Amino acid sequence: MESILLSLSGGLLEAFQPLNLLMIVIGCVVGLFIGAMPGLGSVNGVAILLPITFLVPPNAAIMFLAAIYYGAMYGGAISSITLGIPGASTAVATVFDGRPLAIAGKADQALTAAAIASFVGGTVSVVLFTLFAPPLADFALRFGPPEEFALMVLAFATFIGLGGDDIPKTIFSILIGLVLATIGLDIISGRPRLIFFDISGFMHGINFLVLAIGIYGIGEMLWTLEQTEGNVIVHKVNMSWRAFLTNLGHVKYYIKTTILGSILGYFVGTLPAAGATPASLMSYGLAKTFSKDPESFGKGNVAGVAAPEAANNAASTGSMLPMITLGIPGSPTTAILLGGMIIWGLRPGPLLFTEHPDFVWGLIGSLYVANAFTVLINLAFIPLFVRVLTMPFTVLAPIIFVLCVVGGYAPSQTMHDVWLMLLFGVAGYLLRKLNYPVAPAVLAIVLGPLAEQSFRQSLLGSQGEVWIFFERPISATCIAIAAALVLYPVLRGLRKPAKAQA
Amino acid sequence: MTVRTAELVMAIATMLISIAIMWKSTELSIGWVPQKGPGSGAWPFWLSTGMLLASAATLVRWFLRATPESRSEETYISRTAFYVVGVSVGAILFLLIATNFIGIYFALLLFLFFYLRFVGRHSWTTTLSVTIGVPVFIFCMFEWALTIPLPKAISEPLFYPIYDLIY
Repeated sequence: MESILLSLSGGLLEAFQPLNLLMIVIGCVVGLFIGAMPGLGSVNGVAILLPITFLVPPNAAIMFLAAIYYGAMYGGAISSITLGIPGASTAVATVFDGRPLAIAGKADQALTAAAIASFVGGTVSVVLFTLFAPPLADFALRFGPPEEFALMVLAFATFIGLGGDDIPKTIFSILIGLVLATIGLDIISGRPRLIFFDISGFMHGINFLVLAIGIYGIGEMLWTLEQTEGNVIVHKVNMSWRAFLTNLGHVKYYIKTTILGSILGYFVGTLPAAGATPASLMSYGLAKTFSKDPESFGKGNVAGVAAPEAANNAASTGSMLPMITLGIPGSPTTAILLGGMIIWGLRPGPLLFTEHPDFVWGLIGSLYVANAFTVLINLAFIPLFVRVLTMPFTVLAPIIFVLCVVGGYAPSQTMHDVWLMLLFGVAGYLLRKLNYPVAPAVLAIVLGPLAEQSFRQSLLGSQGEVWIFFERPISATCIAIAAALVLYPVLRGLRKPAKAQA
Repeated sequence: MTVRTAELVMAIATMLISIAIMWKSTELSIGWVPQKGPGSGAWPFWLSTGMLLASAATLVRWFLRATPESRSEETYISRTAFYVVGVSVGAILFLLIATNFIGIYFALLLFLFFYLRFVGRHSWTTTLSVTIGVPVFIFCMFEWALTIPLPKAISEPLFYPIYDLIY
């Protein structure tokens, strides 16, 4: 415990370094903006802006990106309440009660509740994170290649069991991500692999950013352009000090649901397939179930705004737990952060705590700082953010397209990658329209090289015996849970028709 | 094209892609290499086999009308959506092709001007400030701060005076 406090204070000091602090504040503002713009969420912002962070050292870069992640969770509520459109999928549940409140002229009440709930969610989860991360990393130090591989199988299985999307399409998405990761030189034998049409551009492989920017930049913009053809109506927000203080007094009505939602959000967030969106929906459902007055939900109950907002912020911190300790991202956004860490020359996983303590604790410290800054910036500049929301999408879209093209070019500096990015963007858009989930593919392309390496090393160690994955207790447990996750929806699917007949 | 047709076309396309990757993987050893473990082609080969099976499952579910998409008779991409998306993709295509000839900065000018003025129908003030502001920002960010030179093709000589200034 003492050592945790010591490391944490070191991390906080690191976060208060002038450059790092500056990056955190900029990240918070950018994140709030990204979260508030409909069609842009944390994952889009982090994917598009990652190439720009090569400008600063890794410590400052990860703090910047984490602050964006954080800010976006706050920002999503702004458009959910004032526009009635979720600013990001993570803020869908905020619309249910935020919209009726705005229509009733109580937008300021909803916005304050959202900001405070986000702050509580962030604080609770970051404390849980600080307590859980070091022991988990310690435990994970014992993992060998079989355990690593089994853990990744488990991460992918959560998409099949808990993702809620069509199962064959989810499996396809996972596998194509893994296959795309194999293109280029084989790490073990050094031989070129899957060089399609002998195009030399494939020799250096497909950087995960090319897929991530393609899908979350180009593809997402095309999707949003299609969706936002209608007009949007911005609700007026009247903010004054007196109103703010009365709104602050309302905290007592929703503090219980907020804390409950924060803890729930944190644990749901640690699961790769779940994350902030389902966490916020679950938290909303829970708040409604346990409320004394469930009828008022959906008609403008402040607790209905606070519960999902607390959960989505807590989930974003939760998803960093497996990323930092196990090297398994807990969400698409952390998958991109993980990919960034590989670019910066860090090997994600339990060793990070011992080999790069300043990096890990700096990140944890920055979460505390970012949380505090975001709530202040959010409350102070709500009117400004609301005005930005009236910006037509046809101004933002070309700017994002440009950032995508330039960002896709920067990592490898070849036009080949930019063309691939456009191809992935269009393919991602077409697949998404048919309800193929795209997040598993992004997770898979990041984890692909690590998964293959641990798989082949395990088999090499056991002389080709697949039993190695079932003999070792930790890996066997992971595989067993993974198998249960995959079988569960299949069995449920088999039982359903039988029930219908009876 | 209805969503139902699109689902079928996509399932067949993904099957063909899977087969192509399987076939490409067999260029390398897909079996066990003594002393070296599984061959280089084994991992992508079995993954793409899985892709083929998953696509086949989607195809079977299409015949059984099991997925919501395979029952939907709605239009896959509506006319208005096709216009917005098509124009955007076309403009990006133009941006990439033009980059090869006139360099990225001049391509960006044309791309942004076209998009803001003719797709977004924005005022001259908005159009010009974004059209000029964005390339300048990109230049400062990438060339100056990150020292990542972006492709300039024949427009390269125009940048020599600026290089002298900043490097």
